Amino acid sequence: MRHTLSVLVENHPGVLARVANLFRRRGYNIESLAVGSTEDPAFSRMTIVVEGDDRVIEQVTRQLDKLIEVIKVEDITKEEHVNRELALIKVQADPPRRGEVIQIVDIFRAHIVDVSPETLIVEVTGDEGKVAAMIEALRPFGIKEMVRTGKLALLRGPRALTAE
Amino acid sequence: MRLTGGEILLKCLQEEGVEVVFGYPGGAVLPIYDALYEGEIRHILTRHEQAAAHAADGYARATGRPGVCLATSGPGATNLVTGIATAYMDSSPVVAFTGQVPTSLIGRDAFQEADITGITMPITKHNFLVKDVKDLARVVKAAFHIATTGRPGPVLVDIPRDVSGAETEYEPVTEVRLPGYRPVYDPDPEQIKKAAKLIATSERPVIIAGGGVIQSGATEELVRLAELIMAPVATTLMGIGGFPGNHPLSLGMLGMHGTRYANYAVSESDLLIAVGTRLDDRITGKIESFAPEAKVIHIDIDPAELGKNVRVDVPIVGDLKRALKALIEFLEKTPHPAWLEKIETWKREYPLTFEENGRLKPQFIVRQIWEVTKGEARIATEVGQNQMWAAQFYTFTRPRSFITSGGLGTMGFGFPAAIGVQVACPEEVVFDIAGDGSIQMNIQELATAVSYDLPVNVAILNNGFLGMVRQWQELFYRRRYSYTELYNPDFVKVAEAYGAEGIRVTKPEEVRPALEQAIASPKPVFLDFIIEREENVMPMVPPGESIGKMLG
Repeated sequence: MRHTLSVLVENHPGVLARVANLFRRRGYNIESLAVGSTEDPAFSRMTIVVEGDDRVIEQVTRQLDKLIEVIKVEDITKEEHVNRELALIKVQADPPRRGEVIQIVDIFRAHIVDVSPETLIVEVTGDEGKVAAMIEALRPFGIKEMVRTGKLALLRGPRALTAE
Repeated sequence: MRLTGGEILLKCLQEEGVEVVFGYPGGAVLPIYDALYEGEIRHILTRHEQAAAHAADGYARATGRPGVCLATSGPGATNLVTGIATAYMDSSPVVAFTGQVPTSLIGRDAFQEADITGITMPITKHNFLVKDVKDLARVVKAAFHIATTGRPGPVLVDIPRDVSGAETEYEPVTEVRLPGYRPVYDPDPEQIKKAAKLIATSERPVIIAGGGVIQSGATEELVRLAELIMAPVATTLMGIGGFPGNHPLSLGMLGMHGTRYANYAVSESDLLIAVGTRLDDRITGKIESFAPEAKVIHIDIDPAELGKNVRVDVPIVGDLKRALKALIEFLEKTPHPAWLEKIETWKREYPLTFEENGRLKPQFIVRQIWEVTKGEARIATEVGQNQMWAAQFYTFTRPRSFITSGGLGTMGFGFPAAIGVQVACPEEVVFDIAGDGSIQMNIQELATAVSYDLPVNVAILNNGFLGMVRQWQELFYRRRYSYTELYNPDFVKVAEAYGAEGIRVTKPEEVRPALEQAIASPKPVFLDFIIEREENVMPMVPPGESIGKMLG
């Protein structure tokens, strides 16, 4: 099963390497890992999606927690949370088919953020399912290049995983 | 007070109570060595950085205080790696300082540059690169704090040459701020109650004691627990000495080369109380058939160990000493006469033994070392057959008297570790029980032992083989001794060439006088025991087999 871990870490150089190295060394499978700073510049938050049964996830969590620079780890899979991913998709859009592409982009409430005579870059934000659906819808036109952020997640409601 | 980084480092070491540093100089640590020149800290110059790390580790294991080693950048730093990994696997509080090329050259593949913080990431509890001399004191404080608290472990601090050479105002650091590091010492009372309940209903309990007992100083509590619930105690290799080996409830070591009675007891138990052990594969054998009927209580300060290898019914996170104390509160005296009777029968039927045939036997030699030293020596070992015979045939009765590389199994560990032990315990008799293969992995340290008057005794169990590998080849590879036979130097002459003493022993009756001569000698001594060539360590659980199924 896929689990989403929300990990609060110290904002130091090398922390990402430590976390990634832990996964590599112990043979855990990272599906995605997204990092960025938090409301407090001293900390960063990582959203890590990892595949494994409950025992594996428990080990992953505990091993992560052992890292000195990891402040807090929580498996938020079963909790109410918002999750989003951003993808930029460069799609083939020659003049005859351009209208069709734009229509699809509108249906998904995505945005066109770059235009050239043959291509468009589409920006799509949403949960994994939406991003996947957008990609599938655009695939027949010819996707030339694509980049995704990986999943970002935050607990719903007032509860927050902070340093205190 | 304005000081250089090197001087600040030494100030910090003094504040941490460090008396001795094991090290080897080089270009990137010159400002530190310059400070050492007049400082009050003793420096032991080893002949290889690996030995400096092992010596610091030996010092730490013998005293419980952090051991400190120092090396230059690049090859100096990478030579520490085996020693750091050894300390990591056995949770030993070593603090390693390495020089680094100047900050302006980092990342440019400068002369003698190695990314040592990157390299040691998976084998340190934590590591630091100090980029500004203003951070140095704070980092050193944090390094010692991390190395010695919670589950102990090695910490590395990498100091670029311009940082150790730069000057700044020095103020002692008193507080450590590490928001992500909060070891749990006090066990959860609910879990303790659950454990007590399980213990009360158990009929065939066994305690498995690991190195954590020694680290946490919990021997007294462990003895009280065992006597209260009348449970036999098996120790892991790292737990040896954590429970007195001469106690009636002692089962000796369990696992691959454990005693038959320890392995039978664990296999037939209905409750395992695993304390301060990670229950690694050398202990459990085939995991599916490990103690099949037993409920498991597992106490460890590192939450990640609970449930990592073996399923646990009652996990308890906390300091062992505190946890055992808390547990004892909830327990009543519970005798298990039938169970103990059964164990006594196993002990009588399957004692640890060896064939005495007039030839020189390694087990006999270890037994003689035990007798001559009245069981009071500090014994370091190398890795392999020598290590297992030492574990089996020397009866250890106190913590920190058996110094061995358990987790990593590092050949070449014993001799430099013994040097560290002798530095820590100058009045005590120190032995390194070695093999002819292992001793040659750090034999150059004889120069260190001689130059600092460290009278370490090295008992080389010389069978002309990489003995344990040969044993596996004999048992599992149809005696095809592929590259395990050794051509050896004359160890007596080697000792003499270094200014030490060498004694060769070929007959059983020569063992005792040779040992007495070695102990009496103020010099380091190589005892070259020419032992029976194809002697095996028995019993043995074949790899991948259940621990109840032993050879020999």
